[in-house]
Amino acid sequence: MAPHKMGAPLNLPASALVTHSPAGGVGSQARENGHGGRSGMAEKVPITVTVNGVQHRHEVEPRLLLVHYLREVLHLTGTHVGCDTSQCGACTVLLDGQAVKSCTLLAVQADGCQVTTIEGLGGDGQLHPLQEAFWEKHGLQCGFCTPGMIMAAYDLLSRRPNPSEEEVRHALEGNYCRCTGYHNIVQAVLYAAEKMRGSR
Amino acid sequence: MAQATGRRYIGAAIKRKEDPRFITGRGTYVDDLTLPGMVYAAMVRSPYPHARIKSINADRAKAMPGVLAVYTGRDIQINPLPLAWPLPGQKGSPRLPLARDKVVHAGEIVAVVVAEDRYLAEDAAEQVEVEYEELPAVADVRKAIEPGAPTVHDDAPGNVAFEWSLGDQAATDEAFQRAERVVRLELVNQRLVPNAIEPRAALAHYDPGRDEYTLWVTSQNPHVERLLISAFIMGIPEHKLRVVAPDVGGGFGSKIPTYGEECILLWASRQLGRPVKWTAKRSESFLSDAHGRDHYTEAELALDGQGHALALRVKTLANMGAYINFFNTAVPTFLYAPLLSGQYRIPAIYCHVTGVFTNTVPTDALRGAGRPEACYVVERLMDVAARDLGLDPAEIRRRNFIPPDAFPYQTPVAVVYDSGNYQGALEKALAAVDYQRLRREQEELRRQGRYIGIGICCYIEACGAAPSKLIGQLGAQAGLWESALVRVHPTGRVTVFTGSHSHGQGHETTFAQIVAEELGVSLDDVEVVHGDTEAVPMGMGTYGSRSLAVGGSAIVVALNKIKDKARRIAAHLLEAAPEDIEFQDGRFSVRGVPDRAVEWGMVALQAYLAHNLPEGMEPGLEASGFYDPVNFTFPFGTHVSVVEVDPDTGQVKILRYVAVDDAGNVINPLVFDGQIHGGIAHGIGQALLEWGQFDEDGRPITASFLEYALPRASHLPSFETQVQVTPCPHNPLGVKGVGEAGTIAATPCIVNAVMDALAPLGIRHLDMPLTPPRVWRAIQEARARQG
Repeated sequence: MAPHKMGAPLNLPASALVTHSPAGGVGSQARENGHGGRSGMAEKVPITVTVNGVQHRHEVEPRLLLVHYLREVLHLTGTHVGCDTSQCGACTVLLDGQAVKSCTLLAVQADGCQVTTIEGLGGDGQLHPLQEAFWEKHGLQCGFCTPGMIMAAYDLLSRRPNPSEEEVRHALEGNYCRCTGYHNIVQAVLYAAEKMRGSR
Repeated sequence: MAQATGRRYIGAAIKRKEDPRFITGRGTYVDDLTLPGMVYAAMVRSPYPHARIKSINADRAKAMPGVLAVYTGRDIQINPLPLAWPLPGQKGSPRLPLARDKVVHAGEIVAVVVAEDRYLAEDAAEQVEVEYEELPAVADVRKAIEPGAPTVHDDAPGNVAFEWSLGDQAATDEAFQRAERVVRLELVNQRLVPNAIEPRAALAHYDPGRDEYTLWVTSQNPHVERLLISAFIMGIPEHKLRVVAPDVGGGFGSKIPTYGEECILLWASRQLGRPVKWTAKRSESFLSDAHGRDHYTEAELALDGQGHALALRVKTLANMGAYINFFNTAVPTFLYAPLLSGQYRIPAIYCHVTGVFTNTVPTDALRGAGRPEACYVVERLMDVAARDLGLDPAEIRRRNFIPPDAFPYQTPVAVVYDSGNYQGALEKALAAVDYQRLRREQEELRRQGRYIGIGICCYIEACGAAPSKLIGQLGAQAGLWESALVRVHPTGRVTVFTGSHSHGQGHETTFAQIVAEELGVSLDDVEVVHGDTEAVPMGMGTYGSRSLAVGGSAIVVALNKIKDKARRIAAHLLEAAPEDIEFQDGRFSVRGVPDRAVEWGMVALQAYLAHNLPEGMEPGLEASGFYDPVNFTFPFGTHVSVVEVDPDTGQVKILRYVAVDDAGNVINPLVFDGQIHGGIAHGIGQALLEWGQFDEDGRPITASFLEYALPRASHLPSFETQVQVTPCPHNPLGVKGVGEAGTIAATPCIVNAVMDALAPLGIRHLDMPLTPPRVWRAIQEARARQG
């Protein structure tokens, strides 16, 4: 299944998930609890996901959201949940290099994929230029939207290394911030773009 | 304190100390916490705005594997949520953490499910069968006070929660009788939903071995939360309850109150012997976070023929929602009417407020809390008055400003403004936009059929509510001081424990700047601790833009004690008199003998070695300070916006936004600007986008981000900000507070601009939010009228 791009809501029929699930699993649990697909005990599905360069294998419920897999199974709590309708973008991560809202994807959809979260940006104790720019330009206040905002900006700069202010504002439409009024976020993204172009 | 010149830290645009953890995803918000054995709660909420609970059957839910318990209001016997500011004669039933017999708004909790994981808890919550008897409901304040309207609380006939007034009614009426001009407006200040991006969350842990509770909660004021839960709601000994508000993802007022959820969790944790966590889904935030605003106001301004204000008369219906809640009695009264004088000399003002119950989510403090509503009344009236009198909106304001030499200024609505230079800020803002040229361009573009509008807002706000004695006389159930504990370690490094709480405001940096400046240590040598009742001795928390003016001042009080003791130790070590000791850049020296000196770190070490202290001096170097302000602070400024309205779509585009803000001395310009930016966005959100709606029967229409429009980056322009500095004369830092200013200013600023754009069509006023359909329809109607 192709990774879902940011923006439009994902509305998968249940059958799509079944075909995605490899055979096997622990189907007995669903029958035991007598609640079938409605309950949390539905048959678990093995997945292999590479997160921030580390390969993980887990058996997960088909309905487990990717964001909950990251936060509660892998304990990568930098990716946040701010809404239940895929509007706020606090949960934005990179799936095979593209920004996705991890509350809109199931963990099973990330099977075989590379995921990058805020914890995996930068590396070797170094901040990524976007992280540095958010710090330098005071592009964050409470910090809750920040990881998602940075990941969305990463996606933009990987596609458009020299965006205009308007393009930055457009690209961040899927990410809410209630603290900064976006002014310094936009400044930070433009500043990071400049730094990243300079280092090429 | 010393002048700003020659300072290293105060006034410097220093990058925030707290940012590294946030930009690397290593912050610690409540939902990030996991404890061994932790289980999850899900709330069963009423879908009905008004209903009797006939029965609750949880058998099916309880039978589900992984479900530990289901509790209803009959199981959980804890007290109602207390009120922070009761008014005389107020009515209405108390608010229980869980409804027992009746629900009065959609979203009220009727049962709670605890299960092994959050998915299971949600599944089981769906299986709880609640039988309701639906009752007639009402959502709109004007309808709620009509005869025969459904009654929200039996003990509040006519749905009146309270009647309250301020000002001299007779003098106001008399001034209206002799006025040459009277300007009238009906204003709807629509309901807003706060929507901090981090949803509310709580994790409760009962330790049976120690008989102690710990509550991690998204709170702006953990000590207040501890006091209310321990002493009033649950009867837990205060010292047996630890409340921690760790990293909190924005508050905007919505995380001030103590909510039912965290009390339920504490209770359940004790029953089950397991840590219990709950995190609001956004849809729950819409149904359970305290909402803001929601006023219907009739306002009249009396003027003479030259545009001088003579009197202001205001009548407001304030929607309390379904309950008297925490601070919501104070918001449309004490935090509203005292601001109705704006920046102007208005000889007589009278304001009457009726608090009205409806079957909607309770309202409370939201960024600005009463002050944006007041500013909206005054600044809309000023603009309409200018138009009626044929005056420029800047000119009518000039004619009415309180002049700079009139401070302290006693308004007719109780408060005394501390300091101000209102015209200074206006002229600075007008110069920034080149106002005269802008007006000429507007004329030119109007001739081309373009609808350009220029909006001016001259705002005032009151921060750092104080003094405690006065607040107490007015009925508040709390003092509004702040505390700080400054601990100097033997190496000279410093930990500051502040009763303020940062949920984005940057205290870990700005407070450290104050300490570093005062003690001459480096910024890295100062750690600011907040948000934990176990660590911080006492605190009143953060709201009403009070942290720097009150919390920062408390730190200065403690620092003065530290410096005094350190000076006496230094004098003893240098064999000099304390009054001959100079302290600069972290070095104590004997006046006139600069070589006879001792470093800060050595003094700190000696304080703890205690080998050679002055006779009778206690060892150690730490001090606490409590600061109780003598007055409110009154920040002010002028914002100017330029908008264009597309007549074919009704879309409002903001072309420029200029802000001149004066909040006294500035500790960190980065943080100052950031607060202004965020405030402006919030204010623009109200003017153009946001509206918490219920249908006629109280059913929520906006219950997710799909229906409720929050400002996005693409809605907003870059902001052009400037600072003017008129120091606060009555606190040691000379600061006033900047957290709400932008919000207060931006809403009327934008509405004034849009009304200015639509003036050629004869449109005088439209209620917010000025969405494209609303603006488009008004344009169509106006054109039809004009033929």
